[in-house]
Amino acid sequence: MTVSRGFRIVLRALTVVALVVIYAPLALVVLNSFNTNKSFAWPPTGLTLHWWGAAARSDGARAALLVSVEVALIATAVSLVLGTMAALALQRHRFFGRNAVSLLIILPIALPGIVTGIALNNAFRTVFGWELGFATIVVAHATFCIVTVFNNVQARLRRLGGNLEEASMDLGAGTVTTFRLVTLPLLRSALLAGGLLAFALSFDEIIVTTFTAGAREQTLPLWIFNNLFRPNQAPVVNVVAAVLIVASIVPIVLAQRLSGAQREGLAGAR
Amino acid sequence: MAATTGTSGLLHRRPALRAGLLLAPPMLWLGVAYLGALAALFVTAFWAQNSFTGDVERTWTLANFHDLVTIGVYRTIALRTLAIALLVTVVDAVIAFPVALYMAKVASPRVQRLLVVAVLMPLWASYLVKAYAWRGMLGTGGLVSDLLKPFGLDTPGYGLTALIVTLAYLWLPYMVLPIYAGLERLPGSLLEASADLGARNGTTLRRIVLPTVFPAFVAGSIFTFSLTMGDYIAVRIVGGPNQMLGNVVYDNVGAANNLPFAAAVATVPVVVMLVYLAAVRRTGALESL
Repeated sequence: MTVSRGFRIVLRALTVVALVVIYAPLALVVLNSFNTNKSFAWPPTGLTLHWWGAAARSDGARAALLVSVEVALIATAVSLVLGTMAALALQRHRFFGRNAVSLLIILPIALPGIVTGIALNNAFRTVFGWELGFATIVVAHATFCIVTVFNNVQARLRRLGGNLEEASMDLGAGTVTTFRLVTLPLLRSALLAGGLLAFALSFDEIIVTTFTAGAREQTLPLWIFNNLFRPNQAPVVNVVAAVLIVASIVPIVLAQRLSGAQREGLAGAR
Repeated sequence: MAATTGTSGLLHRRPALRAGLLLAPPMLWLGVAYLGALAALFVTAFWAQNSFTGDVERTWTLANFHDLVTIGVYRTIALRTLAIALLVTVVDAVIAFPVALYMAKVASPRVQRLLVVAVLMPLWASYLVKAYAWRGMLGTGGLVSDLLKPFGLDTPGYGLTALIVTLAYLWLPYMVLPIYAGLERLPGSLLEASADLGARNGTTLRRIVLPTVFPAFVAGSIFTFSLTMGDYIAVRIVGGPNQMLGNVVYDNVGAANNLPFAAAVATVPVVVMLVYLAAVRRTGALESL
C-alpha cells in the first residue's frame, strides 16, 4: 500500500499499544501466580512457588480438568461427524432450503449463549425428561461445535472443487470408496483445524455449560467461576488461570503447523 | 463386497438420496433437537407461573412480556445491555481497524504472520481467565490504579466502565480477524490507483478502504453484539452491582425458578439479533463470517 511514512508510524504505534494492552493482563496473571501476597496488590511483594504446589494438590481442580477434557473430546468427535456430513451435503448438492440449513448451523453461535443455554436446559429437563449431568453438557457443546468443523470442511471442499471425486467415480469407484480414498484424505488438515477449534471452544465454554451441567459435574471453567470469589482459593485459581494461559500456546503452534488450515479456521474461531 | 457395491451404486445414481442421508443426522440434531428446544422456550414465554406453587401453568398469557416492558427495572436493564453491546462494538471497531490495517497492508509477510498469531493467541486463552485477569488489573491496588496514580487518577473500580473495557478486550479478536481478512482481499492496485489519482491517505481510507471492508466490520459486530448480549459472567466478575439481561435470565431460571419470565427475557436478545442479521444480510457480511 502506498502509505505515507507518518501514517505508517502511527499505525505501527497503535498496533504496539494494542498488543501491550492485549498481553499485559495475561502476563499479570502469570506473574501473580508467583506472588507471595494473596491479594495480588501491585507490585508483587515477593515470589514463591507455594501456590503452584497447592494447585497441583487441588483435587477439585484436577477432577474438573478431567471432566473438561472428556466433554471436549466427545463433543469434538460428534461435531466432526455431523459437521462433515452437513458440509458435504451443502457443498456437493443443490437443493431447496440450502441457505436455511447453513443459517441453522451458524445459529447456535450466532444466538447469545444464554439463549442456547436456557433453551437446552428447558428441553433436557421438561421435554426429554433427562437429568442434567455429563451427557447434557456434551450434547450442548456438540451443538455449538458443529459450526467450526462445518466452516473448515466447507471452505476446503469449495477450494478443491469436484474434479478429483468425479475422476474417481469415472474410474469405477463407488460413493463410499471415493469418500474413503479421495475426499477424506484431502479433508484431513481441514478436519484437524476444525476439530482443534471445536475442542478449544468446548474446553473454554461456560455460559451454556452453567445451564446444562448438573450439580455434580464441574468443568474447569465452572470450577474457576465457583472458586473465583473465595479469598482462600484465590491463589490456586490464579495458578490454574496461569496454566491455561501458557497452555493456550499449544493449539496456536498446532494450528500453525496445519499449513493453510489456519486461514480457513479463522472464521470459525469462536 | 457385493452389498457395498450395491449401496454405493444406489448412492451414485441417486444424488438426492445421498444428500438426504448426509443431511439427516445433522438436521435431526440441529433442526429437530436444537430448533425444537428454541421453539419450546419461545412457547414457554407465553405461559404463566403459579406464584404460590412456582409451577409452570400452561395457559396462554402475554403477562411476561407485559412485565418486561412495563416494569422499569427490566426496561432499564434491557436498554443498558443494548447500550453496552453498542459501546463494546464501537470500541472494538476503533481499536481493530488500525491493527488490522497495519497487519494487512503495512507489515512485511513475516511480521504479518507473527501478528496474526499474536492476535489469535488470546482467543485461545480461556474466557474466564481473561475476565479474571481484568478483575486483577482493575482492582484496588491493581496495575491500573498504579499506572494512573501519577496522573492523579484512580482505577474506575468494578462497574460499567470496567465491564465495557473487559468485554471489548474479550471480543477484540473477533473484530480484528474479519477486518484483517477483508483488508487482505482488498487489492493493492486499487489503493495505488487511488493514490495515483491524487487521493491522500485519508481520502483513500474514507472512500476506498472503509466502504470495501464495511461487510467485515458488520461480520465482526455480529460477534461482539451477540456475545455481549448473552453475557452474564463478565458482569458478575467486573461489573460491580450492575445487571445485564443475562443476569435476569439466569436468576429467573435458578433462584427465582420462573422459567416463563426467563424465556420472555431471553427472547429480547434473540429478536435483536434476528433483526440485526436480517438488516445486514444484504451487505454480504454473513459470507465473511
